[in-house]
Amino acid sequence: MAEFTLDDLIAALKEAAGADEGVAHDDILDVPFADLGYDSLALFNTLNTIERERGITLPDETVVEATTPRMLLDAVNLGLATAG
Amino acid sequence: MTDVVVTGIGVVAPNGWGVAEYWDATLAGRSGLGPLTRFDSTGYRAHVAGEVNFTPEEHLPGRLLPQTDHMTRLALVAAEEALADAGADPTTMPDFSAGVVTAASAGGFEFGQKELQALWSKGPAYVSAYQSFAWFYPVNTGQISIRHGMRGPGSALVAEQAGGLDALAKARRHVREGTALMLAGAVDGSLCPWSWLCLSRSGTVSPRRDPQRAFLPFDADASGGVPGEGGALLVLETPDGAAERGQHRHYGRIAGYAATFDPRPGSGRPPGLRRAIDTALADAGIGPSDVDVVFADASGVAEQDRAEAEVLGAVFGPRGVPVTAPKTMTGRLLAGGAPLDVAAALLSLRDGVIPPSVHIGRPAHPDLDLVRDRPRPARLGSALVLARGHGGFNSALVLTS
Repeated sequence: MAEFTLDDLIAALKEAAGADEGVAHDDILDVPFADLGYDSLALFNTLNTIERERGITLPDETVVEATTPRMLLDAVNLGLATAG
Repeated sequence: MTDVVVTGIGVVAPNGWGVAEYWDATLAGRSGLGPLTRFDSTGYRAHVAGEVNFTPEEHLPGRLLPQTDHMTRLALVAAEEALADAGADPTTMPDFSAGVVTAASAGGFEFGQKELQALWSKGPAYVSAYQSFAWFYPVNTGQISIRHGMRGPGSALVAEQAGGLDALAKARRHVREGTALMLAGAVDGSLCPWSWLCLSRSGTVSPRRDPQRAFLPFDADASGGVPGEGGALLVLETPDGAAERGQHRHYGRIAGYAATFDPRPGSGRPPGLRRAIDTALADAGIGPSDVDVVFADASGVAEQDRAEAEVLGAVFGPRGVPVTAPKTMTGRLLAGGAPLDVAAALLSLRDGVIPPSVHIGRPAHPDLDLVRDRPRPARLGSALVLARGHGGFNSALVLTS
């Protein structure tokens, strides 16, 4: 299955939790979601969107454990590999 | 008692976006009522509404859009205008020194409807996590508080149309108890099918299709009210507190207030509106002859109009005070209507002019000195704003210059 990229994540964040101009660059990979302005509810909604679109189910802990975009990308891609 | 004044006003109304546009339209008698366009009203009992349509992306950060109902977006816009008008930035004030009280009637009704539609038509994976709060009655208080760093007293009051005055009174109390600045009032509305069904079956909404004939309070042809969306939020402070941060201008004082509840139907006892007016005037320390204008509740339901006209006659005497209902140009905005009337009343005090009621061609109550069609210049030192909420709520608020 196709890799889940930062662009995919930004699109999902935008759909599920809204985005401003600030969230569009590679240098956000290791910036904590909290600093990007996304709280746990925003991430919950975003994960829900990703799961729905990719047809995968991620562990419940993902929403609290994946605190940066890089960690979330890894979690999603691991989920895709396991499902694939 | 400590004086509490209004130092900022924010308005979103069907006939005007922002205070200046609303006030221009209101003095000019321009109505914002029109055919309901938000959805097809075929099959419903009502067809005219006071809509506020706008492009939210142009006025709010992208982050706030997935988590807000239409009426919350409108409230956020009004809050921003009110704070800017007061020259206040609560994020620079000491923590907990600024708070928010809003009134609500049904919360984010349309948001909830959309999520239920998603649940039943597509499945659980399509329901937004923001449903957890976006539908909730206090949601506007929360969103405004978060956005502007107003971590002082925060609450929401629900008393249908009367709640907007109750919110202002509660904010006055917080200011008297030491909170430096309160933002209060209401922006409300839910022009979605689910809400429209409930409203249009309540027996208080006009079935007429002509926007100029649908909402005719105090008219022999009254046929009910017209629902609208919008409202006003006001900044309340003490004059000294405002002066300390460099704001010396204010619109007027919240001088008196009272709320009453009607006796149960069939009890034979009179409704509570009279007692609300008497008590609010006493709270303001003025008598009926000191009141220069009344902004009526003006329900548009003939029997309720008669009750209000009789009370005004009893308190002020026949044609004893000018009465107006600028809400004939906006519809009844649920909790938002009364704060919008308070905004209009304060602007009246400022400009020495009473805004008109429109479309009323056959006044049904000759003892009522109704200001119709054209604004009436007047020396105004005080105003009384009335609101009645479905189910027996009565509130009265007295403003002085």
